[in-house]
Amino acid sequence: MIIKGLVVAGALLLAGTPRYLWAVDEDFSFGYIQRQHDTAYVPQRGYTGLSLRDQHPPIDGAKVALQESRAMQRALKFTFSLVTKQLEETEDVVSAIEALASQGTRVLLLDLPIADVKQAATALADRDLLLFNIRHRANALRDRDCSPVLFHTIPSDAMLVDGLSQYLFKKRWTDVLILEGETEADKALSAAFQASARKFRINVVGTRAFVLSNDPRARDQTNIPLLTGDARYDIVFLADSFGEFGRYVPYRTYRARPVVGSEGLVASSWHWTWERHGAPQLNQRFYRIAKRHMTGTDWAAWAAVKSVIEAVVRTQSQDIVTVRRYLTSDAFTLDTYKGAPGSFRKWNRQLRQAVLLHTHNAVVASAPIEGFLHQANNLDTLGRDRPESACRID
Amino acid sequence: MTRWLAVSMVFLTTGSWSDYGLARNTGLIFISNERSSTITVLDKDHRVTKTFETCARPRGMHFSHDRTEFFVGCADDSIIAVYDVATQKLLRRIRQVEEPETFDLHPNGRHLYISNEEDATATVVDVQTGEFVTEYETGEEPEGVQVTTDGKFVFVASEAANLVHVIDTEKQTVIKDILVNTRPRRFALTPDERELWVSAELAGVVNIIDTRTLEIIADVSFLPAGFRKEQVTPVDLLITRGGARAYVALGRANHVAIVDVMNRKVLDYLLVGKRAWGLALTHDESKLYVANGLSDDVSIIDTAKLRVITTVPVGLVPYGILIDDH
Repeated sequence: MIIKGLVVAGALLLAGTPRYLWAVDEDFSFGYIQRQHDTAYVPQRGYTGLSLRDQHPPIDGAKVALQESRAMQRALKFTFSLVTKQLEETEDVVSAIEALASQGTRVLLLDLPIADVKQAATALADRDLLLFNIRHRANALRDRDCSPVLFHTIPSDAMLVDGLSQYLFKKRWTDVLILEGETEADKALSAAFQASARKFRINVVGTRAFVLSNDPRARDQTNIPLLTGDARYDIVFLADSFGEFGRYVPYRTYRARPVVGSEGLVASSWHWTWERHGAPQLNQRFYRIAKRHMTGTDWAAWAAVKSVIEAVVRTQSQDIVTVRRYLTSDAFTLDTYKGAPGSFRKWNRQLRQAVLLHTHNAVVASAPIEGFLHQANNLDTLGRDRPESACRID
Repeated sequence: MTRWLAVSMVFLTTGSWSDYGLARNTGLIFISNERSSTITVLDKDHRVTKTFETCARPRGMHFSHDRTEFFVGCADDSIIAVYDVATQKLLRRIRQVEEPETFDLHPNGRHLYISNEEDATATVVDVQTGEFVTEYETGEEPEGVQVTTDGKFVFVASEAANLVHVIDTEKQTVIKDILVNTRPRRFALTPDERELWVSAELAGVVNIIDTRTLEIIADVSFLPAGFRKEQVTPVDLLITRGGARAYVALGRANHVAIVDVMNRKVLDYLLVGKRAWGLALTHDESKLYVANGLSDDVSIIDTAKLRVITTVPVGLVPYGILIDDH
């Protein structure tokens, strides 16, 4: 008892310096929740039966992060484990999370439709839980729908399009024509880009709605040369979350202009060709486990687990409130493998991070682009800053 | 008479120089270029005398015990290439060393302790026979390796695990994993070997570990004027033989820090090239060479005047530096 007291006193004297105290065998578990028949993972068949994008649940990202902690587990005589839970189609998400929490799993990665995420974050807002949004980019989740228990490791639409806008501004490609699809997600992305364009003084010369159709009467909304003619612009910004229309836009525009947004130059939290800041090692570790390339959502799941392990190790605590407080403290840093250290925005629990601007096989740039500065942290040039945010958790 | 003497002296000099394999003190400086898979050779007047191709993605380098050979770790080929210092001829290859990054040589002159970046291990090979000796499990992305002069302990830093592993070479086991700050990279020992300095790249600090208790006892943090904490990413570091001064390459902050070792205080910052990582001192410690990974050049610093004398363009993404001057 006396010895323990002495060690703790020593640790306090050297505040900020990590100590080596643990010597007990304990387990800390992460929960990973999915829903059966989640439409995000139903293969989206194109018109000829082509599968345009095979979405994989990002659980592999969490597995890689846990594997990376093996030496730490040995050092601390402590284990980190992963519990998976699949919700039935009609099962209530809130009671499922409560059941997991009662068995000791209080950190949950939500690989769920956005309605479930909102419901859980609202209903469980005052609980001692730590929920991670690893999938949804909607600004509203970080804004009017924000919750003190909901942390976001995936960047918001606002962060992603701000990265693109910074790049366009730097290249002086500042006249942009927007093509936007019919879905809610397309309209949200288009709106996010328009807000970003205002922020970075990019001139939107027009916003044109497209429809996926062969109807000759709707030619002005289906024909790409017609949609992109009769305007002067440097760049086409495409908002097309489905992708069936968008994949034909590059090279079919009326003018010889590059496409950004959903095709061409795309902004993401991760890309498998990123080669700076130790990224090749992370990519190869991921590939060895998942046998596929690491995506933005894989990275977000990885970042969620890494963040919590870092907080548990540094605070030497399993108490969720302590861990949560540490995550939003100034002491917390996450090695994002993207340069500047990651940290959580106190006001809305969004992970600060660089954004990668990539084509299908190369990372063209990473944002913040050099020269975009912020009074506190340059990563806050991406996304809604505290004064613009409707969320005030801090 | 005078002329004859002069000629014979030249003959004697060239005679000893041509004796390959025994030459020492060639005055040459070797730089591994990670991206172009080449080694640049500079003479002591900072001229590039030669650039030659080596194995793929060369990074860590080290002299052999007698300094007649040097080793180059090639991550993409999983090879350690052994070159003759005087001729830069490839003597042999040590194969099947998984993605070697850096290494250090045991004082027995035979055991090379290697960090295997993608394998989460540190392996030991015999540099004379090329045979695998043993391996130790580390955290993910092991990088810096430091052997104590008595050869009893080896320290290995795991970048992704934020740990420094302590290997007892007699017991052949990891005796401790020390939790350090974010992304530990390289080591330097004070001359009395009481303190182990380890750079923590993403924390922007150097942690100082007491080698007897294996606990962190202090930190040195860095912040050159006009930079922010997150831009300061220290990697390579050196402590002078007398133990007065340390040099720390600050990565993205494009500076080298000069540190008073005794007081653990930064004395000065010198502006170098982009993303300064690798460091090497001449034997007389009058010049410091700095590999600038993102400007593809090497800065050379006069350590008495604390001024950058010149900057020499080398290959793509220079990483390690070796100086053969004693």
